[in-house]
Amino acid sequence: MTTTEPMVEFDDISKVYRGGNVAVEHVTLTIDRGDFVCLIGTSGSGKTTTMRMINRMLEPTGGTLRFDGKDIHSYDAVQLRRKIGYVIQNIGLMPHMTIYENITLVPKLLKWPEEKRREKAQELIKLVELPAAFLDRYPAELSGGQQQRIGVVRALAANQDLILMDEPFGALDPITREALQELVKSLQEKLGKTVVFVTHDMDEALKLATKIVVMDGGHIIQTASPAELLRHPATQFVRDLIGEERLVQAQADITTVGAIMLRDPVSITPGRSLQDAIALMRKRRVDTLLVTDDDGHLKGFIDIESLDNNYRRSTSVSDILNPKIFYVHESALLRDTVDRILKRGLKYVPVVDSANRLRGIVTRAALVDLIYDTIWGETDKPPADDAATVNATPADPTKGV
Amino acid sequence: MADLNTWQQFWYYLSHNGAYVLSQFSRHFLISVYGVLLAAVIGIPIGLLIARRRKLSGAVIGVANVIQTIPSLAMLSIIMLGLGLGVNTVIVTVFLYSLLPIVKNTYTGMINVDTTLVDAARGMGMTSWQRLTMVELPLALAVIMAGIRNALVVAIGITAIGAFVGAGGLGDIIVRGTNATNGGAIILAGALPTALMAIVADLVLGAVQRRLEPRGKKR
Repeated sequence: MTTTEPMVEFDDISKVYRGGNVAVEHVTLTIDRGDFVCLIGTSGSGKTTTMRMINRMLEPTGGTLRFDGKDIHSYDAVQLRRKIGYVIQNIGLMPHMTIYENITLVPKLLKWPEEKRREKAQELIKLVELPAAFLDRYPAELSGGQQQRIGVVRALAANQDLILMDEPFGALDPITREALQELVKSLQEKLGKTVVFVTHDMDEALKLATKIVVMDGGHIIQTASPAELLRHPATQFVRDLIGEERLVQAQADITTVGAIMLRDPVSITPGRSLQDAIALMRKRRVDTLLVTDDDGHLKGFIDIESLDNNYRRSTSVSDILNPKIFYVHESALLRDTVDRILKRGLKYVPVVDSANRLRGIVTRAALVDLIYDTIWGETDKPPADDAATVNATPADPTKGV
Repeated sequence: MADLNTWQQFWYYLSHNGAYVLSQFSRHFLISVYGVLLAAVIGIPIGLLIARRRKLSGAVIGVANVIQTIPSLAMLSIIMLGLGLGVNTVIVTVFLYSLLPIVKNTYTGMINVDTTLVDAARGMGMTSWQRLTMVELPLALAVIMAGIRNALVVAIGITAIGAFVGAGGLGDIIVRGTNATNGGAIILAGALPTALMAIVADLVLGAVQRRLEPRGKKR
């Protein structure tokens, strides 16, 4: 089994109830190993139906559905379900069983020896950061968030590779929900699980998914990665579902540093003399210079102060080179970079490529422009007011880092 | 004897006929228990069946309701026509009266099991039998037990009437007292243990029922 082998394949699946009620129609979807697939849509869009067909809680009425490359009907339904984790909205912990019994329910069905079950329970409760003493408690003695943590690990107990989650955090308060989202995401990444997650919350989908499937009226409207979905919503329905606000904000979320950086930064090599450095600074009217070697690898910077202090004692740029420089990678997302730059009070940040070669700089002014865009929208720009922005002409690291 | 008051006569009767009262007590108890057990053996599966096939529930519970409305003396007489005098008639009567509380409570207990739990159990790969024995029955057990408790208390009362068809039991002592002149003490010797049995049975089964309550649901 390779990581690229599809785990679940829907091939023109439909589900029509007796009486002609169409729940799902012409659904074709491939879920790869390691995918975190979010099915999103309004109620009645067929997202839950689609998910429930994977573990044969519902039987498709048309098309073929394959799990691990084999038709789903070649599996015994009960055995199939034991291979697939299942987490539901109402948590579904058995109230008459202890947490231990709840976690190890599927292993028990699979007739694991007691010792192995005990071990697994210990391991899992640690995984969700709950004390081992909880194993002997009953679900009613835990808070809702703690219960759903148990609900999540219960789905992992028999080493299931595929986990189905049906709006698992819908009933939780926002803080607990966020904590659980992070837990699920990190478990999924750490353990390499494949997750199919039904939700109607776009924020949740954008946060968790590697692949978002937008459904409406029993049809798939669009299947895309979160970034792609934000960049190219296929229809007005998808736009509405995402919301204009998020689409605008998303600009910062999906733009890379490389896309807005200024090319042609002012740089100098370490071997040059200080006179050359001063001449260059004067010519470009800057107070710092980025220092790169002959191949363009970023080495550090020099600024006008150290130049002034060491002018008599030193001769070359390498003598006063300050190697402590903060830089970002050109493929880094802007949203991750903005905070760091603004909070550190940096006026500009050099941008490097994967070989650490200097590619350009991102100035504070460029970031500020971007933030204005997200606040006012790009069409409704206030008149340019240079006094409000940090004065920065292109490639002008005005002050020291 | 005549110079003793009723209570003194009662104690006198008990002290001289203790073994007899005790044997009738246990006979009475066993008749009730057999009838209820029989009803449980038949009634619980019926309750489970109609919980799975809800369409049947109306008809089945309707029939049980009709049985319940027949006065017990009339029922005894009707069954006596078929089975004759004796203990079997009483056991069958107790059985018929116990059916309704047991079937109804089993049904209620089962349909009140949270459907999301059953869905979760199914989704985790439990067979239909495992769902029944590991999830539905444990969660419904307290309600089913309440039905059995009801049935047993009613059964103890019906068994007392069973003396009329010659089944024995504490009812026998009561009938004996009503036939004797100044038999008040003898009536008490039959009636008080009957009442005591009903109360104790109710308390004991009540305790059992609470024990069977799913732990997580206890406050």
